[in-house]
Amino acid sequence: MQMRIRGCPVADAVVHNAHPPGFAHQFEDIEQQHEAGNLGMWVFLVTEIMFFGGLFACYAVYRSLHLQAFELGSRLLEVPSGAANTVVLIASSLTMALAIHAAQTGKRKSVVMFYLVMTMILGAAFLGIKFTFEWHRDFVEHLVPGFGFEVRPEWGAIGQEVPMFFCFYFFMTGLHAMHMIIGIGILTVLTIMTARDRFSEQYYAPLEVTGLYWHFVDIVWIFLFPLLYLIGGHYAMGGGR
Amino acid sequence: MSGHVVPTRVYVGIFLALLCLTGLTTWVAYFDLGPMNTVVALAIAVTKMLLVILYFMHLKYSSGLTRLVILAGFFWLAILVVLTLSDELTRHWSPSPDPWSVLLPLVRGLL
Repeated sequence: MQMRIRGCPVADAVVHNAHPPGFAHQFEDIEQQHEAGNLGMWVFLVTEIMFFGGLFACYAVYRSLHLQAFELGSRLLEVPSGAANTVVLIASSLTMALAIHAAQTGKRKSVVMFYLVMTMILGAAFLGIKFTFEWHRDFVEHLVPGFGFEVRPEWGAIGQEVPMFFCFYFFMTGLHAMHMIIGIGILTVLTIMTARDRFSEQYYAPLEVTGLYWHFVDIVWIFLFPLLYLIGGHYAMGGGR
Repeated sequence: MSGHVVPTRVYVGIFLALLCLTGLTTWVAYFDLGPMNTVVALAIAVTKMLLVILYFMHLKYSSGLTRLVILAGFFWLAILVVLTLSDELTRHWSPSPDPWSVLLPLVRGLL
């Protein structure tokens, strides 16, 4: 076994600066630093799981209380837009994973930047579809609670309960969209850092933990899509737009 | 180089699997399966989540400590959802009458 001082082989420890860029001294080696970073990010993501989990639990309770109104509300949403957005977001997760892969395997920085920019473009496309094709249309059709929501006569007795569904819809998709906007902001910083040669084959931790965040936001949407759009009895298609 | 390098073809394979599952869950939503619609939708969503966590988020290649933290997170989420719903969904099972329906006639009788 090689002699080590603070994780560095003795010869390297004497030449103090002989460690990879981005490697912090408190860690045994770059592997340990890598694992500590990932673990820390996962602890944050667990708090995010509980944050969105509270909303999901609330949604389950209110859906069971107002089942018919929630199913009617679900049929008022645009399934094609929701499905298209799911595809866009999954594609953005792929480009994010490929960006990290490119950094890991020491590809040229232009390759890493290309994948990061692609991820941002797909994220922006998701928000574009969400805001222009869906939220804007909901607003025009008076389906936004608090902004001129109109209960339609054809909804019948449960009409008064439909705004509750749309409250959940706008809070859940809104908080998700907020996470996307933050994600795009972080990706912008990462693209600049990549351009300034801040990452290497050994050190790409910011890319890795941002990837974890981005995939987490993807997972939230993977659940929002069926819960909001799909389980509303679309086979019946009564009272649709 | 630190961390496990997943081959690109694995990422593309997972991406294609996620696309297929998205198509499947959208297609199934237009068939009347009764309560099974919700079960199928959630089962597909959980499958997609596992694919993303295991491969895109590298859980398959991560340490036992990281796995334990994630498992603890989901366990706590299960407590939140299961205990909340076990209250909410079983309220009508209670054989005891609504207290007001017992108290009000009593109070009226006294007056």
